[in-house]
Amino acid sequence: MTGRQDRVRDEAARSDDLYARLRRFEGRPAATAGVGKDPVNLPMIRHWCEAMGDDHPAYRGPDAVAPPTMLQAWTMGGLSGHTDRSPDYDALFALLDGAGYTSVVATDCEQEYLRPLRPGDRITFDAVIESVSDRKTTKLGTGHFVTTRMDVHAGGRLAGTHRFRILKYAPARAGGRPPRAEPPRRPRPVINRDNAGFWDGVAAHTLLIQRCTGCGRLRLPWLPGCVDCGAQEWDTVEAGGAGTVHSYVVMHHPPFPAFDPPYAVALVELAEGVRMVSNVVGVAYDEVRIGMPVRLEFLRVDEELELPVFRAGVAAEGSVATGGGEG
Amino acid sequence: MTLHRADTLGGRAAIAGIGATAFSKDSGRSELKLAVDAVHAALDDAGLRPADVDGLVTFTMDTSPEITVAQAAGIGELSFFSRVHYGGGAACATVQQAALAVACGLADVVVCYRAFNERSGRRFGSGVQQREPSAEGAALGWMLPFGLLTPASWVAMAARRYLHTYGLTPEAFGQVAVTDRRHAARNPAAYFYGKPITLADHAASRWIVEPLRLLDCCQETDGGQALVVTSVERARTLRRKPAVITAAAQGAGRAQEQMTSFSRDLTGLPEMGAVARQLWRTAGLAPADIDVAILYDHFTPFVLMQLEEFGFCAPGEAAGFVAADTLPLNTHGGQLGEAYLHGMNGIAEAVRQVRGSSVNQAPGASRVLVTAGTGVPTSGLILGADG
Repeated sequence: MTGRQDRVRDEAARSDDLYARLRRFEGRPAATAGVGKDPVNLPMIRHWCEAMGDDHPAYRGPDAVAPPTMLQAWTMGGLSGHTDRSPDYDALFALLDGAGYTSVVATDCEQEYLRPLRPGDRITFDAVIESVSDRKTTKLGTGHFVTTRMDVHAGGRLAGTHRFRILKYAPARAGGRPPRAEPPRRPRPVINRDNAGFWDGVAAHTLLIQRCTGCGRLRLPWLPGCVDCGAQEWDTVEAGGAGTVHSYVVMHHPPFPAFDPPYAVALVELAEGVRMVSNVVGVAYDEVRIGMPVRLEFLRVDEELELPVFRAGVAAEGSVATGGGEG
Repeated sequence: MTLHRADTLGGRAAIAGIGATAFSKDSGRSELKLAVDAVHAALDDAGLRPADVDGLVTFTMDTSPEITVAQAAGIGELSFFSRVHYGGGAACATVQQAALAVACGLADVVVCYRAFNERSGRRFGSGVQQREPSAEGAALGWMLPFGLLTPASWVAMAARRYLHTYGLTPEAFGQVAVTDRRHAARNPAAYFYGKPITLADHAASRWIVEPLRLLDCCQETDGGQALVVTSVERARTLRRKPAVITAAAQGAGRAQEQMTSFSRDLTGLPEMGAVARQLWRTAGLAPADIDVAILYDHFTPFVLMQLEEFGFCAPGEAAGFVAADTLPLNTHGGQLGEAYLHGMNGIAEAVRQVRGSSVNQAPGASRVLVTAGTGVPTSGLILGADG
């Protein structure tokens, strides 16, 4: 019972946290100093009018103006795509994708026309992320509405504004139940021939430190040879699991899909004297401190990844009196 | 083992020209075009033509190859081209490479350049989430699954230990930010021209990675910077007063990593210590002889550690040293205040100080220390007035 309540509470907390992160994009640029791929021109106007079945005489002849509803057309990326999108806009989409809201549908658009566009006008535009809605459930699925406002300029003067709303959502299943969003995955360790043994050890719930068989020096991270004596021969010793926090940071910005800022990352010094970057579990992000005793455990992150992490405030098992390690 | 004797490069080459594009948040130009524009500006400053150039040096991180810059800038055959690795740590080493080429007669005129759209294009601060399984990738791979993903976070790990060791609070880093921004406020080329800050502004700015606040972190910039290096003799015949390369050094520490050297004492920068020893030895100078210091400032804590590594003050005392304002520091506004050009704009400022043309000129400055990227294998220069 409590397990289920915890899950519900966790999901609500994750959702609130995501919304807080999404809202930080409000007011940030979606496109900056974009340039229309073509100047306003008669052939595109004619194609538009033919496609729309609009034969109004104002859009033809020597004094033609462009149909006002073409406003967005002059700013579109076409088949070669957009090149003007801002890193913020991409980051917002990455955050939504990472939270499982991978589908997109345009929902509505509002335009204001300040002055007519005429053949030869050069188009530039800037767009801002105006708002991101809280989580909404529609027939399509659950997601967040994102509204952008684009200011379209011709010859440097504002010609119109284009407010565009989309829904970024996780598609509802046929049964109508919202699907569980795939959680974003943590970055993978970078495994190669020089360090694969360490990760094999993690899979077997051991933390293996390399030991130079030339001079006995312990080393972590793993490397093929010894910084002290240059010997290439080595074996491993299993870490006892005791350590202390040597330093730590609290990550606030920028956000990454698999992590919920603020979160702490620690540099743990093992009782054996080597150090590794890891996470401290069992305390809040703002309670990690230098000198804090920690103890190794293994965290199942997803179906592929287990990580060696450290639980706070636990001295070496059954060996408190020894100070938690052989030094 | 690093060198234990003075080298023979000091005093043989000079920086004869400096040139930059505007520093902006959106250049509207390709990185190649920025590089070419910066190279032309530096040659104009020196009074040389593209056809005079026979060497080019840049960073391994630069996206504009020497051969393409040469093509697009009107430079013909090249007899020397080289690139230096380790991000901003390359800055002063590009000048060292150029000086080596000039001193050995491999080239007569070498241009060092760095150009990027670091704000509107690929932003370093947006972090790393995956790497290929090369040695470099694997080294960073130890951090990634735990969420230590940004340059700010790698510096913050050392900064936290520094504060702990010396019993300081994060406000200690504010002195560097305030000093940089005071200088930038008087520099029309600086992004933060006319915008000084106070210690209170620093303390109120938001956390990026504790213990680093927003105002501890450098800007992100689009722009290009180039420097023309030639022999001291040739430089004397050119348009500008030569800035003699009195000493140039590179350094990497024991068990060095790229920004994540976490197995060592975190309160110092041993690679900069190696650079410092070599510079002092070759120049025959000591901290008291330096008129201006331009110290690499992507993040404020490492400015403090550099002052300590160079011996301007004792370990743990640099924040007070900066507050006392006895050494003109980052007089262009630094990378916090002027622009983040991977340290190359700092070298240009060191040249201006030697010429007497800085907007924050130190009266009679004749010996200027300038450093490259910190926390990475790095480099440094002492530039001096001729004669």
